[in-house]
Amino acid sequence: MANDHVSWRIKKGEVHALLGENGAGKSTITSILFGLLQADSGEILVDGKSVLIHNPNDANALGIGMVHQHFKLVPSYTVTENIILGLEPKTAWGHINYQRARSKIQEISHQFGLAVDPDARIANINVGMQQRVEILKTLYRDARIIVLDEPTAVLTPQEIDDLMQIILRLKAQGRTIIFISHKLKEIKTCADQVTVLRRGKIVGSADVSDCTEAQLAEMMVGHAVEFVTQKDAPTIGNVVLRLENISVKSMRGSIAVKDLSLSVHAGEVLGIAGVDGNGQSELALALSGVVKPVKGKIYLDEVDVTSFGVRKRVEMGLGLTPEDRETQAVISNFNLAENYVLKTFYRNPYSSVLGFLNKKKISDDAQVQLENFDVRSANGWRSSISELSGGNRQKVVVAREMTIASKLLVVCQPTRGLDVGSIEYIHRQIIAQRNAGKAVLLISFELDEILNLCDRIATISHGSIVGIIDAKDATRQQVGQMMTASHKETVVG
Amino acid sequence: MNMKKVNSSKLVQFVDFSIKNEFIMSVYVILLGFFLSTVLLYLVGLKPSVMYNTIVQTITGYDFSKYRFNARYIGTWLTNSMPLILTGLSFNIALRSGFFNIGAEGQFIIGLTFAQYFAFLLPPVMGVTGIVAVIIGALFAAGWGAIVGWLRGRYQTSEVVLTIMFNYIAFYFSRWFSQKYLPGANSYRADNFPQEALLANSWFQSITNGSLLNNGLFLVIVSLIVYHIIMEKTKWGFSLRASGFSPLAAKFAGIAPVRSAVVAMAGAGFFAGLAGGIVYLGSFTFANVIRAQDQYGFTGIAVGLVSGGSAIGTLLSGLFFGLLNAAAPLMQSRGIPREIATMISAFVVIFIALSTGIKLRLGQWVIKAKNKEKEMD
Repeated sequence: MANDHVSWRIKKGEVHALLGENGAGKSTITSILFGLLQADSGEILVDGKSVLIHNPNDANALGIGMVHQHFKLVPSYTVTENIILGLEPKTAWGHINYQRARSKIQEISHQFGLAVDPDARIANINVGMQQRVEILKTLYRDARIIVLDEPTAVLTPQEIDDLMQIILRLKAQGRTIIFISHKLKEIKTCADQVTVLRRGKIVGSADVSDCTEAQLAEMMVGHAVEFVTQKDAPTIGNVVLRLENISVKSMRGSIAVKDLSLSVHAGEVLGIAGVDGNGQSELALALSGVVKPVKGKIYLDEVDVTSFGVRKRVEMGLGLTPEDRETQAVISNFNLAENYVLKTFYRNPYSSVLGFLNKKKISDDAQVQLENFDVRSANGWRSSISELSGGNRQKVVVAREMTIASKLLVVCQPTRGLDVGSIEYIHRQIIAQRNAGKAVLLISFELDEILNLCDRIATISHGSIVGIIDAKDATRQQVGQMMTASHKETVVG
Repeated sequence: MNMKKVNSSKLVQFVDFSIKNEFIMSVYVILLGFFLSTVLLYLVGLKPSVMYNTIVQTITGYDFSKYRFNARYIGTWLTNSMPLILTGLSFNIALRSGFFNIGAEGQFIIGLTFAQYFAFLLPPVMGVTGIVAVIIGALFAAGWGAIVGWLRGRYQTSEVVLTIMFNYIAFYFSRWFSQKYLPGANSYRADNFPQEALLANSWFQSITNGSLLNNGLFLVIVSLIVYHIIMEKTKWGFSLRASGFSPLAAKFAGIAPVRSAVVAMAGAGFFAGLAGGIVYLGSFTFANVIRAQDQYGFTGIAVGLVSGGSAIGTLLSGLFFGLLNAAAPLMQSRGIPREIATMISAFVVIFIALSTGIKLRLGQWVIKAKNKEKEMD
């Protein structure tokens, strides 16, 4: 049972945050509100009246609109077509009246400052804009209560700021917002009231202005949380990774990484800060060996590994957690042990010379490491990875890559979509790797994560490094400015 | 009240257990196929008991209407099942690697074409020539499959389109090649095979009262074992399964996608090619110039879909479809059109296709029912 006798009140015209870790039952509650699931017992009241919500149409009729975490848009349709889908205004002849739809969309967009182009195709607009289309969709259907499910998970820092502004404007115009998140800073910024959910039960409701972030975190996790990872001064060693003027093409064929040079030393965490889409993904692909750079050289321990594939780089001691855990890092039909050896199953001691898998050794090693990394699962290594929460899945990936990374560990968005407890744990592990004398390269869109973990911070913009600074002297503002600045003269720190 | 609750929870447990077990689902689907066929026979005024009698007779060799035993029926059943088990393996090894192999038909044809050719070419050694010829034919079919795998892996061409087209190429290639290179060939047959090249096994024939059961049976058993070992026990099977479940994650883990595609499709070609050789060196005494596609490859898709992907599943599923094939002529002789047998297999395939949806629905029902029970406690 995901929710256990939850009672919850939301006032008209407020921004009400629903806070909870992954798996706490936030999504279940909202699915019930939107008619995707039915409550086994209890009732829902809107404006004091008991209502039955059997499906999303009932929810729409009651003025409840939902923006899902994963957008429900048709990529090949225009903004207008997506918004009117299922509710098309007709002309006298029975055709779709695009003109009327268009002007209504423009009017709403203007009213709430959404700046949405009604004729743009979804495939051609960025994620932040797509989200605004989703919000517009609910407004077009006259939603009075708008549910935003983890709206910032996919956004860049700038887009998050924009969204906060939009939420405040919606509130100013009398709409009620339910804001689901596990990010404390955002809740502090925009919410009036917060309800904390843990293991399907409400632990408390409070005025946001009355609580600190630390108090909210403690309510959510159930124990005190450290936001700053403890670390000593780094012991810097030799250069482990050296990138020499590498250029990498994106999937679309344009140059995404341009003449990028960078060195990472043993015993340090070098962070790459930047707004999403500035070549981070392509840089990670080139480091992993999945994509070959079109120009330049990659040296690992002064060995030219530019032409090496994934497997040869693994053998050289390169561990890498890819940015998209679900599609790039794990195989959901495999169990934990199989996922643990996904990169090393083919070699001694996991496979014999004749190619037979040593299943005993695989499961024994996996079990030890799963315990070391505090992976919580129902059946140990036998559990299917799809049964695990996001945080535990990421721990499996991190366990695997840290075991492989004898020299260099590259972590891309290591805590994306994870709850506070898992983030804290993974951060400690990353510092432990650095303390063990490995070189660590951290690619992240979360500025706080970069500032917390790194010894040096490099900022990336338009596929090139625009500056490197020592993390000791770095401030949020400074790094933020570097991120958004266009090409400056490279500062080497 | 209390009684009722116990009953309902037993039903819930039963459904819960059933939908989580591939094998049991397959059995249900087959039973459902027979049930529909029974209804159909009633509706058209025929006796379903005749159908069941025929089925039982094909499995046991015992004719309950005449109280006579004839082992030949069992032999015919096994002979019919052999190529279907192999084309089922062909489909399964590709499917578990993430590819939909429609090409077993063409791979079957390449296998039989070269098996026939080498049956004449190889030095005649009793009991060996035939088997070696079949294996060489299968190797050619593996190469044939590998071409598709390479095109799929390297250029992302749809393997479904490729294999369908390759089936046509294989068919016309086989007719041209056989007429040109087989001794004494005309437009439909060539010379008799040398005795040594036949797969016939006189001991099998004697215990099954002169059926066509032959040495191909050994190849089928070895194939099942090899398939099981490769897929479940070796690093190659691990690579293939990883690519099959998630090509992208496999690529990120250093499993070369092109190689996986080539290996999977070559394996598929090998099994289907073996089937071709076994049918043509096992059931004929003369070389054929094929005039039509035999449908073993296409039935193999059904065998694979029903099997759930394991070696044991493929064996049982192949035996089931082989049973329908073997029983069809017998049914016909007793007044039930052979189309009925084909319809049973069609019903089974349709229900297998529906089973994902049915499982989903039943799964939701189980969760709801369990929640309700919890609340009553």
